[in-house]
Amino acid sequence: MLAETLLVARKDLRVEWRAKVALGQVTPLALLILVVFAFALDANTSLLKLGAGGLYWVAVLYGGTLLIQRSFDVETDDGNMDAFRMSAIGAPSLFLGKALALFVQIGLLELVLGLGIAFFYEVRIVDWALLLVAAAAGTVAFSVCGVLWGVMSAGLRVRATLLPLLLVPVLAPVLLAGSRAFETALGVRADAGWTWASLMFVIAAVHTAIGLGAFGFLLEEG
Amino acid sequence: MSTVVEFEKVVAVAGSFPVLTGLDLRVDQGEIVLLRGENGAGKTSFLRTCAGLIAVNSGDACVLGFDMGVDRRAPRRYIGLLGHENHLYRDLWVREHVEFRAAAAGAAESDTDAALEKVGVPEQLWTVPIGSLSAGQRRKVAIASLVVGRPRLWLLDEPHATLDMKSRENLDLILGEASASGATIIFASHERPPTNGLASRVITMGGGRVLEDSGAS
Repeated sequence: MLAETLLVARKDLRVEWRAKVALGQVTPLALLILVVFAFALDANTSLLKLGAGGLYWVAVLYGGTLLIQRSFDVETDDGNMDAFRMSAIGAPSLFLGKALALFVQIGLLELVLGLGIAFFYEVRIVDWALLLVAAAAGTVAFSVCGVLWGVMSAGLRVRATLLPLLLVPVLAPVLLAGSRAFETALGVRADAGWTWASLMFVIAAVHTAIGLGAFGFLLEEG
Repeated sequence: MSTVVEFEKVVAVAGSFPVLTGLDLRVDQGEIVLLRGENGAGKTSFLRTCAGLIAVNSGDACVLGFDMGVDRRAPRRYIGLLGHENHLYRDLWVREHVEFRAAAAGAAESDTDAALEKVGVPEQLWTVPIGSLSAGQRRKVAIASLVVGRPRLWLLDEPHATLDMKSRENLDLILGEASASGATIIFASHERPPTNGLASRVITMGGGRVLEDSGAS
């Protein structure tokens, strides 16, 4: 199962490496969102510092949704979904492989956005451990939720607009928890940051369990 | 000879449209079966039902010994399907794609080069993105992706489409070799003349059922 998972992840990352969609389009767009927020808030540094956690996760949500969309676009292009279904690779491995590839891509996007908020919003990090754990938890949650909802919308003509519509409500708790955890890590709020980070892990674990059990069915009926 | 495909009074519905309407058909191991018929006759639907991509609504369907009414996913690992589309990742290089298909089918990645040579993809194209190939070259890569998996049952929908004459003859040779080594081949084609006698049996379909069968006793 591990070998199959890595095979699928390697294929997805290789497709992305060749196409450079994440690097060339999604990352600049997500960075642009950070800049637009700064304009919208009149470049008020104190205000931006207060809202940096939330603005960061909104940018991740936007960029992550595009990456998830892209991850299933390559499977629906040229009838690949049939080959995906016909594959000898087990459904749990397909689910985990796609989630792993998304984890890497969204993780890299978050790294760039992290540098972006440090540069544009002049934030100061007071709890590195919480920041990194919350980022990792949020990335896992985004990845597994993305694969689960991505496969559901993959076979539909209206998937381009449907996926965000399905995904944003599901990821809203992750967005909320990530924002609160980051606010604590950035010293904006003396709150239970670790509790929020734990909540993200719980959301990720629940969706992983659902994905491992239901991905084969969703792939078949999608 | 063992039976590879056995359909009895099979009805299959895609969406709300009945695509197979009481199909009776039996295909034995090693046969090369040509499906003919007008557009909408049910050829593609039959191939997709054999692959388990369309569910059987009623009747008995058995593929490679697996009851499709119980688990239509079960025989897939032994089946190579080539549809109207090529099932290619356009951003990958040719060799990367075939290597992935080999690994996904449980075959050795090292078989990739042999498969590409066999279908006649020139070596200088192996490190080229699939998206930049011509339609015929993409079809050859799709065929190489099947060859490398060594399927027991080949389901091919218009496999000769977009191929030049030399490549068509080469494909016929590949299918002949596969059949000789025990694989079963079912392909739909509108080619004229019908593939130089490649098929050992010709079935004409219409309205989702068999109208004429050259192999019928």
